[in-house]
Amino acid sequence: MIQVRALSKLYGKKSVVEDVTVDIQPRKITSFIGPNGAGKSTLLSMVSRLLDSDTGEVLIDQSDVKKMKSNEFAKKVSILKQSNYMNVRLTIRELVSFGRFPYSKGRLTEEDERIVDQSLEYMHLTDMQNSFLDELSGGQRQRAFIAMVIAQDTEYILLDEPLNNLDMKHSVQIMKILRRLVDELGKTVVIVLHDINFASVYSDRIVAMKDGKVVKDGPTEEIIESSALKEIYDMDIPIQKMDGCRICVYFSSN
Amino acid sequence: MRNSVKLAILALIAAGACAIYLFHDLNGSYGYALPKRTIKVLGMVLTGVTIAYATVVFQTITHNKILTPSIMGLDSLYMLLQTLIIFFLGSGHMIIVNKQVNFLLSVVIMIVFALLLYKFLFKKGGQPIYFLLLVGIIVGTFFSSISTFFQVLIDPNEFQIVQDKMFASFNNINSDLVWLAIALVSLVMIYAWRFLKYLDVLSLGRDTAINLGVPYDSIVKKMLVIVAIFISISTGLVGPITFFGLIVANLSYQFFKTYKHTILITGAILMSVIALVGGQWVVERVFTFSTTLSVIINFIGGVYFIYLLLKERKAA
Repeated sequence: MIQVRALSKLYGKKSVVEDVTVDIQPRKITSFIGPNGAGKSTLLSMVSRLLDSDTGEVLIDQSDVKKMKSNEFAKKVSILKQSNYMNVRLTIRELVSFGRFPYSKGRLTEEDERIVDQSLEYMHLTDMQNSFLDELSGGQRQRAFIAMVIAQDTEYILLDEPLNNLDMKHSVQIMKILRRLVDELGKTVVIVLHDINFASVYSDRIVAMKDGKVVKDGPTEEIIESSALKEIYDMDIPIQKMDGCRICVYFSSN
Repeated sequence: MRNSVKLAILALIAAGACAIYLFHDLNGSYGYALPKRTIKVLGMVLTGVTIAYATVVFQTITHNKILTPSIMGLDSLYMLLQTLIIFFLGSGHMIIVNKQVNFLLSVVIMIVFALLLYKFLFKKGGQPIYFLLLVGIIVGTFFSSISTFFQVLIDPNEFQIVQDKMFASFNNINSDLVWLAIALVSLVMIYAWRFLKYLDVLSLGRDTAINLGVPYDSIVKKMLVIVAIFISISTGLVGPITFFGLIVANLSYQFFKTYKHTILITGAILMSVIALVGGQWVVERVFTFSTTLSVIINFIGGVYFIYLLLKERKAA
């Protein structure tokens, strides 16, 4: 389990994340939602030690993130950020092979090659594994990066807005894969989302943030609800039930 | 063509260049000319190794393929040091005349300066690397300005000696220094060997590198110290020549098209050996010393640099 305890981050005097305490349940998809600038990405960066926190602590399976060795941490938690700028030209397979770095330090064993094959297969990338990343569409690129994270084979997978710039088809494809990672492989997925309908349809739990604080935290049904959403977004958002999904119809609300 | 084949071909050409330089027109002077040439070749190989290594590592750390480590101001510091010594103590002073003392003094001061700079910058923690580069540029400009100030005041005859130091030269490499430098560089390379694997991951960017378990801050710090040591050694040995690294590093990227630093660094090293030894041979035999190698390098390097800028601009 990931436990966030009284975590804060200040930029100058402005606090972006303020005294956040939240537990991430294992083997579930937990979505972080909230308006722009609510501190969702900053929180995720601190949990994944890309960013140092100013106060508070993050515990992963009871051990303090700051005291864990980099390599051990990389076998437990993986993070995928929004932008993945790279200085080098890589094929999909080379990128996915990097996912094995915490285990093999660059010298792939047969076991590593097998896991890379599986990850490519899982993301339907086997046919184009030798294409270069800069020749791919946004959706394919994103899938390649997720394949790398799968090859890293961590219990916890953190994703910062993985649906950014993707069309509907690819967004659905990626959310379905995340769902499978949880249901079939027993991973714990934490994801920052902007589209609350994706959060509603695919996640088990939702944590809502606003102004650096957690305002709501609970099972999806409790959060995707007009009064709760009003508190988070300051909008009246009617909810429609369709085929068992709760859809927020926010396009023409006040 | 596979990369190992390419490396083998480069190694052959490099060995050939060294052989031609050593044995061409030797006229049986095994006792006099050969040892002298050997020391020169060793000096050039050593310069090639340090410059190529330092530049590739530096560019990976900074995620920028048109930077050279000279941006940290080490070359300017070297020039300032030489100018000040000649200005205050005169060109006849032991520190200028005795190459060993000069070398050791320059190298120690440059390394101490780099360490102080890092210490000061990394103390706060979380400073982006670009901050370091910015401070490097400012400090470097400051050093150059002071050097120029003293060079204007200096006696014209003494200025000749200063000017001599401004350009890298392989014509009077001291043999004791070469062995000392080779020992130093070998030690550092053995120490750095185990960090090479992290460089491949560093080129994926900071976030991905941390995600994959690279202890980012500590690796970057160590690599920057190694870069500073290498640049100091090569500058102390032959003079400022860091611009050269830009050419060989980029040629290596274009030629090998890989992310593996063992290949990129080896390739860049072989290319610099070919360029330095081959270039020096041309300077000696074709131009008969009417120009120096570093002038040619700066000319070709400048043209290549403009080409790179235009190419990057198109890509962006």
